[in-house]
Amino acid sequence: MKTLIFKTASVYLLPLLLLFSIFILLRGHYLPGGGFVGGLMASIAFVIHSFANGIEKTKNIMTIHPGFLMPIGLLLALASGALPLFFGEPFLTGLWMENAVPVIGLIGTALFFDTGVYLVVIGVTLTIIFTISEGL
Amino acid sequence: MLIAVISGFIFALVIPLIMGWLKPKSTIWVAILPFSIFGFFLSKLPLIMAGETLKISYQWVPSIGVNLDFNLDGLSFLFVLLISGIGTLVFIYTSAYLKGHHYLDRFYGYLSMFMASMLGLVLSDNIYTLFIFWELTSISSFFLIGFNNDNPASRKSAITALAVTGIGGLFLMAAMVGLGQITGVYQISALAPLAKSIQSNSLYGWVLFFLFIAAFTKSAQFPFHFWLPGAMKAPTPVSTYLHSATMVKAGIYLLARFTPILGNHEWWNSTLIIVGAITMTYAAIHSLFRLDLKGILAYSTISALGILVFLIGLGTKEALLAASVFILVHALYKATLFLVTGIIDHETGTRDIRQLGGLNKVMLPVGIAAMLAAISNAGIPPSFGFLGKDLIYDATLGMGDIAWLLTGLAIFTNAALLFAGFLAGIKPFVGKLPDKFKKIHLPGPAMYVPPLLLGVLGIVFGLAPGLIEGSIIKPAVQAVTGTTPDFHLKLWHGFNLIIILSALTMGSGTILYFLLKPSEGLLSKVTRFEKASPQSIIFAIANSFVALGRHWTRFFQNGYLRYYLITILAFLSILLGYRFFTGVELYVDTAKLTEVTLYEAIVILIMASAIFFTVFSKSRLTAVASLGVVGYSFCMIFLFYSAPDLAMTQFSIDTLTVILFVLVLYNLPRYLVLPDNNDKIRDGMLALVFGALISVLTLEVMNESVTKEISEYYAKNAYILGKGKNVVNVILVDFRGFDTMVEITVLAIAAIGVFGLLKLHLKSTEKE
Repeated sequence: MKTLIFKTASVYLLPLLLLFSIFILLRGHYLPGGGFVGGLMASIAFVIHSFANGIEKTKNIMTIHPGFLMPIGLLLALASGALPLFFGEPFLTGLWMENAVPVIGLIGTALFFDTGVYLVVIGVTLTIIFTISEGL
Repeated sequence: MLIAVISGFIFALVIPLIMGWLKPKSTIWVAILPFSIFGFFLSKLPLIMAGETLKISYQWVPSIGVNLDFNLDGLSFLFVLLISGIGTLVFIYTSAYLKGHHYLDRFYGYLSMFMASMLGLVLSDNIYTLFIFWELTSISSFFLIGFNNDNPASRKSAITALAVTGIGGLFLMAAMVGLGQITGVYQISALAPLAKSIQSNSLYGWVLFFLFIAAFTKSAQFPFHFWLPGAMKAPTPVSTYLHSATMVKAGIYLLARFTPILGNHEWWNSTLIIVGAITMTYAAIHSLFRLDLKGILAYSTISALGILVFLIGLGTKEALLAASVFILVHALYKATLFLVTGIIDHETGTRDIRQLGGLNKVMLPVGIAAMLAAISNAGIPPSFGFLGKDLIYDATLGMGDIAWLLTGLAIFTNAALLFAGFLAGIKPFVGKLPDKFKKIHLPGPAMYVPPLLLGVLGIVFGLAPGLIEGSIIKPAVQAVTGTTPDFHLKLWHGFNLIIILSALTMGSGTILYFLLKPSEGLLSKVTRFEKASPQSIIFAIANSFVALGRHWTRFFQNGYLRYYLITILAFLSILLGYRFFTGVELYVDTAKLTEVTLYEAIVILIMASAIFFTVFSKSRLTAVASLGVVGYSFCMIFLFYSAPDLAMTQFSIDTLTVILFVLVLYNLPRYLVLPDNNDKIRDGMLALVFGALISVLTLEVMNESVTKEISEYYAKNAYILGKGKNVVNVILVDFRGFDTMVEITVLAIAAIGVFGLLKLHLKSTEKE
């Protein structure tokens, strides 16, 4: 599959798809989208890149092993859930900032929770796919 | 009080860290912990003597009634003093017994964990925390029995003990849940006034049954007694502490604690009397023929526990008084004998009763300790044991019609116990010293002072019973009976029937000691009956259970994905088919169905042809790609019915699934070669049947009236409570955020599993 066209396209597709996946993640609270779908899209972006250029190159771009995204994401989700505890609210209560931020909209703990999901999904998908394709 | 309980657990965590920093000679200082706990509880003595109790409550999970309630009353007081007092001595003794042992830190960790759980157990006032601490003692006992974990026999004994006491723990849970169901009260001290209503409840029998199993497994009653002799594989300090002085008395404690609540009922009394009597005589007979010192002590411990159950079963005031005294008597002399046995084993390297003798010449203080214990054990005046034995006869004689039967059994048991005590406490120290033991020397004071102290106490309490009468025994009896007791402990009650019985016991026991010489032949005669013993029967059941499990697993978990799928689909088809044929009226309302649009027709057509390719293509890759087409077509259908979220997710998932499939299939042969057509037909039939059933099910579900409350609630509140307009996402990250959290954790675990399995490059020798 290492044709020139695919290879060239993949280099441009990666940032575009990643941007799109973040877009999907951010709009999730108001329109169709969310961390899960966003994460899947980001993984697809990396998978396409790895198919065109080989896993080693993709790993170089990522700099860390995708497996590390899982604990990072889990901790982020956990932290966003634990934050309300400091304000005397039950675990996982949604906290929101008063004013909206341009482009992103309202920022709340749910957004960080969703980002955690996003990272875990990328980590899980890429770990599985990379491990399997390396093992063969 | 909470700190006193918790400190043991904290200590267990800390000790492995500080042990490296402690010098071998200073390990004795770890005994400060149990000693300060002992001191703390002793300082509560005036309170207990005044007949008051100390209550402390910490909320833990109040919504289901689980609270850290502690209650220090007379009965708990007796036990906490035993636990922390003997604990102190055992901690000191261990520092010498296991000096320089590689895993001494671990040992102290387990030991203090045990001590803390045991303290928690006897102080708990909440039925659930009682259960938790009960299980913790079983678990710490497991680690201590299996401490020499390179010895297969130790491991087996540890597992047996854990299995027996662990099952008992589950029964305790059942009993406690039953009690909670009957009363709705979770505080033990609040249960006693409800005794009448509990005993008239239809669940009473079950609660009693479960509670008895729990107590009998823990306190090694017939037919669950067999784990205790096995548990003697543990280092001697453990046998002293857990398996004679404290843990095995947890069952006794449980029975005593629940006497005011469940006791005084025909079922309660007769069961306990029968089980206690069987245990005490059965174990007494067994103890006569053992050759191993620890074996003798193990069976005599079981016998003594039998006596305690028996006494609690009698249930009279005299019997409960006798039980309270005997708990203390037995703890003092049995701990001494165990510690002495440990010294003998440590110094001579053998515990075989036939080889030991004349040790008085080389270790006199140890001999004195052992002799004092044997005297107290035999109930020879003026020892504390004499007092205890008198009280037992006093209790059995007051039983009316069956008084003489019970008294006879008690005399026999006591005579056998005396024999066992002499065998363990006197025989190794008198007579001729064998040549090979001439070079043996007395161990350090850390080893012989603890047994000596306990042995002396056994005499001192006998000479001056006033020391403990008001302070320990009276409050304990008061806690068990619920009334203020009026009695006076003294050695000499005048010449009466009890004295004659006492003399009879001593006489027959001593005669037995001189007549019966333990030998291999006698032991083998006894072990011949092992085949019919409860141990063999329970082991046979356990083994057949394992065998059944093996066959079951081999049949269902055969490792072929296709058979798993067949099993699952066939099972579901049968279940669904059965339901459809018996009582579901199939009905499809055609008026409700919408018209088929052109787009839908096209998508269906694509799907059908993709399925055709999947099924009939010879190439795996084509089949997978066609499946991908089916998946994408589904996304289209989701889109037509306005579910863009689902469509989007399904689209990504399908892409990744196809990629995964391709990766996996890459290494398989490119073309399918199916062995025979029958398999194909079978699979096809199953697929058609299952698909048809699911279609029917889907159509039927549309007929059901839908409850929209939940979805309406979410739709209404998504923006108000969750500040989001995308209801699906708000549910995921807010309303049901905890679910999502668990789900992503599961995902991560699955990925780690895949990673671990594929990256695990075992050498050929490591593969099974």
